[in-house]
Amino acid sequence: MSNIKYILGSFGDPDEMMHGIDQLQANNIKVHDVYTPMPIHGIEAKLGIKRSRLDILAFFCGVTGTISAFALIYLTSVVDWKHNIGGKPALALPDFIPIMFEVTVLFCAFSLVGAYYASTHLFPGRAPRVMDLRATDDRFIIAVDAKENTDHNKIDGLLKDAGALEIKHNERKYISYE
Amino acid sequence: MSGHKESILREPLITGNDITYAKITNDILMPVENKPNRAWWIGFILALCGATLWLVSVGYTFWFGIGAWGLNKTVGWAWDITGFVWWVGIGHAGTLISAVLLLFRQNWRNSINRSAEAMTIFAVICAATYVVSHMGRPWLAYWVLPLPNQFGSLWVNFNSPLVWDMFAISTYFSVSLLFWYTGLLPDIATIRDRAIGTRRRIYSILSFGWSGNVKTWQRFEAVCIILAGISTPLVLSVHTIVSMDFATSVIPGWHTTIFPPYFVAGAIFSGFAMVLTLLLVARKVLGLENYITMFHIESMNKIIILTGSIVGVAYITEFFIAWYSGSEYEQYAFINRSTGPYWWAYWMMMTCNVISPQLLWFKKIRTSIAATWILSIVVNIGMWFERFVIIVTSLHRDYIPSSWAMFYPTWVDVGVFVGSIGVFFTLFLLFLRVLPSIAIAEVKLLLKSASEQSKMEQIKEGHLDKEHVKEYVESLEKFDSVKQEEYAKI
Repeated sequence: MSNIKYILGSFGDPDEMMHGIDQLQANNIKVHDVYTPMPIHGIEAKLGIKRSRLDILAFFCGVTGTISAFALIYLTSVVDWKHNIGGKPALALPDFIPIMFEVTVLFCAFSLVGAYYASTHLFPGRAPRVMDLRATDDRFIIAVDAKENTDHNKIDGLLKDAGALEIKHNERKYISYE
Repeated sequence: MSGHKESILREPLITGNDITYAKITNDILMPVENKPNRAWWIGFILALCGATLWLVSVGYTFWFGIGAWGLNKTVGWAWDITGFVWWVGIGHAGTLISAVLLLFRQNWRNSINRSAEAMTIFAVICAATYVVSHMGRPWLAYWVLPLPNQFGSLWVNFNSPLVWDMFAISTYFSVSLLFWYTGLLPDIATIRDRAIGTRRRIYSILSFGWSGNVKTWQRFEAVCIILAGISTPLVLSVHTIVSMDFATSVIPGWHTTIFPPYFVAGAIFSGFAMVLTLLLVARKVLGLENYITMFHIESMNKIIILTGSIVGVAYITEFFIAWYSGSEYEQYAFINRSTGPYWWAYWMMMTCNVISPQLLWFKKIRTSIAATWILSIVVNIGMWFERFVIIVTSLHRDYIPSSWAMFYPTWVDVGVFVGSIGVFFTLFLLFLRVLPSIAIAEVKLLLKSASEQSKMEQIKEGHLDKEHVKEYVESLEKFDSVKQEEYAKI
């Protein structure tokens, strides 16, 4: 058996690449992943990527922020040390709204971005897992696992027919570990 | 879908006939991957001189205290808070472009959002330095935080707009930074994959290991839209709270409920003016005329007319309400503003903010690069005077005529202000050198749908209404980056 791990179809046009995915899937060939220099709409449905739940998380973290801000202000300025400001009530709710709002946004944004980085494994210093260096420039790359799909000639043919400018047989999964 | 073709009734967002995905990358990364040209060095050295002046002036202030400034016991706030509000206002355009225009699906934001967001971050840094340096004892700046302490745990006063402001500005800064950096990741990865050696290693760390696979992109877009959704009320709240620093006081001239909307409109107004000041130069020097087109310039000018007119209406409303309120203190504050010893500042503000932007109603002026650039600077001068007028003229004649005074800035006041402009430009010029000044991935999205060449193809296919084609070709006349000969043939 050959040492080829991944077959890459390198496309110059996003619509041709979408066509390539359709062609492969029509022939029961599973697409491992697709690497593109820009977001391609409609591709997640083809590859069965589920809807993101980050919005739900962002909402609940935002609510946590609102409650935390209220708790902080309440416990400090109403319970612990009341300021006497012209004899007005210590629980001055309208005055608390600006900070409660800001902390809501703060918690929401940080937890959202934190969860996004965690779920897609992005952090400073992570070794980039790149299959083709032009995938961040001008090529749209379809990667097919060559061990699972053994009829390499058929894959090559399908990708070529769909308009792939170049077909690569990579013996290493990621070329970016130097 | 990327295959979707936009109507030719819309003006193109990318001009040029030979644009490919690779050319977009090359054009935008040109300043990042090559040695800087002479124009950059001249600008950078000037900016660095300004930044040095800032260091000296702020250092002098820290050493000798606020007494180094021209403040007196009547005018206790002057250039410091003027500078602070001016910079925060300038910052607002970045968030407006990146968040509000994203929610409204305005695709023209794609090529200007990156540098506008960078501008936001640098402007907020300048603003924050004012806050710290006007405190008098900056080493105690942490006292604005609600930290447990040894004064019997005396907490900060949560009823004070100054404390709200601390929360607002720090949230605004950190959320803007997150939004900007997350958007930068794919573009940093582009630089990384084209670089070698140490450069690659540095950009590799900065890229967080971005690979551009389907799931990452899909989540990326979800994150951007949610961040835009929460940044929109955030940006409105920030300048609202800044205005409350004044509006919740009982000083005549400050104590007005119109301040929040009026400050927000003013902030957007000055922010777009600063975006134009920077980008009109940057597009020329960096050769980005195909991506930041006349359509972008005209659209920003239209926003400037709108917000400038809102600001004008606010000035007049304030004056009317001062009379209508029947409060003699309020009435005097406004009469004094326009005819008192600071009349020149008031009329400077009126001319620069209300009268001169009306020139942009003329298409000739709106689509002239030189006129737009000059007007953008005029607007920024006007907006500085607006804050000066609000702050100093309301304070300088208080309730006891014996304590009436004028404000005279010292060299330290001038140094901190001019220096902060230097700091801003130093940071901005460094940004242009190390990070892509246009969001590469987002501009690539427009290539197949909204570029001049895709519209040209549509025309050549020949199934379009002749009237529409004529209208489209006429709309291209104002573009400085479109070759008219191509259309003469059709």
